[in-house]
Amino acid sequence: MDRLLNFMTLLSVALIVLVLRSVRRAHIRVEYSVSWLGAAVTLLVLSRSNWALDSIARLLGIADPPLALLLVVGCIFLIVLYRFSTVISDLKDANISLAQRVGILEYHLRNLHENQENPKPR
Amino acid sequence: MTPALHDRDLLIIVPAYNEAASVGQVVHEVREAVPGVPVVVIDDCSTDGTSTVAREAGASVLSLPHHLGLGGGVQAGYKLAYELGYEYVIRVDGDGQHDPRDIPRIYEALRTNAYQMVIGSRFLENDADQTSFGRSVGVRFFRIVLRPILGKPVRDPTSGFVGVNRQALLVFSRSFPLEYPEIEALVVLQRRAFQFAEIPVRMRPRLGGRSSITAVKSIYYILHVLLGVFVNVLKFDRRRWKR
Repeated sequence: MDRLLNFMTLLSVALIVLVLRSVRRAHIRVEYSVSWLGAAVTLLVLSRSNWALDSIARLLGIADPPLALLLVVGCIFLIVLYRFSTVISDLKDANISLAQRVGILEYHLRNLHENQENPKPR
Repeated sequence: MTPALHDRDLLIIVPAYNEAASVGQVVHEVREAVPGVPVVVIDDCSTDGTSTVAREAGASVLSLPHHLGLGGGVQAGYKLAYELGYEYVIRVDGDGQHDPRDIPRIYEALRTNAYQMVIGSRFLENDADQTSFGRSVGVRFFRIVLRPILGKPVRDPTSGFVGVNRQALLVFSRSFPLEYPEIEALVVLQRRAFQFAEIPVRMRPRLGGRSSITAVKSIYYILHVLLGVFVNVLKFDRRRWKR
């Protein structure tokens, strides 16, 4: 059990360092780092606090606290993935809308140029 | 015979992706079928010169900066038509399967009735049309699924040969299914209490290029569209409950 908890501690510290470094280098925007940092800090707290982990295991009716930790880890990352799915969907919608707008504007521009070059007789 | 057309009355849109082999002939046939009616080819970022062929054939071209898929392209055409003030838009696919000689009948049905959408159906007069076995199974499946949702039977729910009026244009320019639009679009309109009708049309083999539909994609198509239909029904119900 200790080995698993130590591994989780290392993993969460590595995740925090990685995310902070990525934010500093502008690879991840601050608003999207919050989900990862929240997940990593939760993992860190659970892996270092026997009391918190035992409480969660009791709450979930799981006899083995490390199993509860794995379940919590899974749930946290599911939530993070869900959040990013919504972000990606919003971005895709915005991207489609922008691409359509660019296409329509180019269409108008081309027509303007053609009308200037070949004005219609009045 | 084509009825008298007013300025900004009818626009033909031709969504095309790598259809250089067929789009020129499609544009020529459309211009023969409805002389004087503007034709806009929506080039979904083709790599085979579709835009050039379409322009040479006499169409205007709306070129998308990257590939959006069929629904994204069609919606761009609807947005353009709405902004330009057109009353009716008829979509003709760039692969040549739709016979442009049927355009005047779709236009007439739109113009003289209170329908927001008119679908060119290949199955109204001949149920055993030259369609593949997979497509035939899909069509029959969706007829059964859509019957209770639409409140009336639809023979060819996957047909892309459709005409819409300005009311439908407004709805579709704001919200349009992006990947496999035909069936979901029907549900979108029906949920707004809009009316649609089917009229018989001729369908032909593709003039060029090849279909992108495979067996695996067909299964994905059915699942995707089923989910889309379900979501559209839910959207409507939530809005109705809020009133």
